[in-house]
Amino acid sequence: MSNIPAELRYASSHEWIHLEQDGTAVIGITEHAQDAMGDLVYVEMPDVGAELAAGDEAGVVESVKAASDIYAPVAGEVIAINEKLEDEPELVNNDPYNDGWLFKLKVSDPSELENLLDADAYAAQLEAED
Amino acid sequence: MGQRTPLYDAHLAAGGKMVDFGGWDMPIHYGSQLEEHHAVRKGAGMFDVSHMTVVDVAGADAEAYLQKLLANDVARIAPGKALYSGMLNDKGGVVDDLIVYRREKDFRLVVNCATRDKDLDWMEGRSAGFAVDIHERAELGILAVQGPDARQRVAEVLGGKRGQQIGELGLFNFFEAGQWLIARTGYTGEDGVEMILPGEMLPDLWQQLLDAGVHACGLGARDTLRLEAGMNLYGNDMDEGVTPLEAGMGWTLVFNDRGFIGEEALTRQKEHGHDQLVGLVMEGKGVLRAHQKVITANGEGETTSGSFSPTLGVAIALARVPAGSTGKADVEIRGKRQPVRIVRPPFVRNGKSVFKDL
Repeated sequence: MSNIPAELRYASSHEWIHLEQDGTAVIGITEHAQDAMGDLVYVEMPDVGAELAAGDEAGVVESVKAASDIYAPVAGEVIAINEKLEDEPELVNNDPYNDGWLFKLKVSDPSELENLLDADAYAAQLEAED
Repeated sequence: MGQRTPLYDAHLAAGGKMVDFGGWDMPIHYGSQLEEHHAVRKGAGMFDVSHMTVVDVAGADAEAYLQKLLANDVARIAPGKALYSGMLNDKGGVVDDLIVYRREKDFRLVVNCATRDKDLDWMEGRSAGFAVDIHERAELGILAVQGPDARQRVAEVLGGKRGQQIGELGLFNFFEAGQWLIARTGYTGEDGVEMILPGEMLPDLWQQLLDAGVHACGLGARDTLRLEAGMNLYGNDMDEGVTPLEAGMGWTLVFNDRGFIGEEALTRQKEHGHDQLVGLVMEGKGVLRAHQKVITANGEGETTSGSFSPTLGVAIALARVPAGSTGKADVEIRGKRQPVRIVRPPFVRNGKSVFKDL
């Protein structure tokens, strides 16, 4: 069974999002997503300052075998990207929920997170996909 | 559920992630494709390639038949040697690429699994007038052990006379011991052997090699290794609509008026000119993939295989481009042009970068 932390919210496209106290949010891809991709070798990030709508393409993760788009789970302005991933994309494989985070958003409307899956619902989706 | 090789259970036991590959359930990796790739470049790794099709061609006319069927000339090799060749259609397009082993009394061909049915039909269809017996050997499995330490590991495990013969084996040579055929061939750009043996003997051999420290490697690593080695993948880099001249396989063509299938079309194409297969090395970050547009000074082309090269740490690709393309080019990735260098493959041989700018 894949690791699905209870304190995060999830998009059906396998991103996780964590809302911080200050209204910013950290986004990454799930343990399941990194496992399905295999060894990551390149991460294409959004530009800092970019305004994204929920569901917008925010970047691309590429493994040896495939490329997969990353989508913004909620609307917001990109305020930071994980620059370590430029040289160490494998951080996403090794630690998808911590050191392997992708980018941070200043969330436009925190209530949008309510539209996302909680850990149980995401687990149920994975089960259904299996 | 797809077809299974005799090593299916061994793959699961080794943590293999199984995927469909041409109708077979095969391991794509056993945890990390990159680790498996590096194991072959630096030590020894093994691949179950029992999904590939083994076909024996025997009979009084076997040589004459293969001289016509194949674009490379089997008359050039003595028993105990192997040859890489394309099998072409009348237009010179590649029906399949294969290895042919010349044995004392007959020939053994190893062809691709996804093309098995059409290959066997094609071979039967061209055999009229030749006294040949074309016989698939589905009971045989194939294990490739590759890497700088591969022959040493296999020799230790087998021991005895076979071990000694593996140590002395020349490149593209093979020997047989009972029902085993052991060849110094491969698809990785490293030293190593490919062993064809009865399927029921594979699980024991696999386990002994695992115990000897040989890394289990999936088809994912096999693909990045062959791409670094500049070796074509059928269905990607060439198919029935592409000739060997357009696929970097000119070196496999032997024109000696024996009238092989496709010869006339190729002769015409040589006169009129044709696209060429080149290597691309990406200058910046990102990953090249198959079917991306390539823009050269001589016109547009397309990548046929592409990946991140674990050995070089940059993206590489094979691409079909207009004749005479050299220097720099651009590849269109998600709508943006990325600069690449046009090079002569292979990219990597024996663990080292070897490509040269064109």
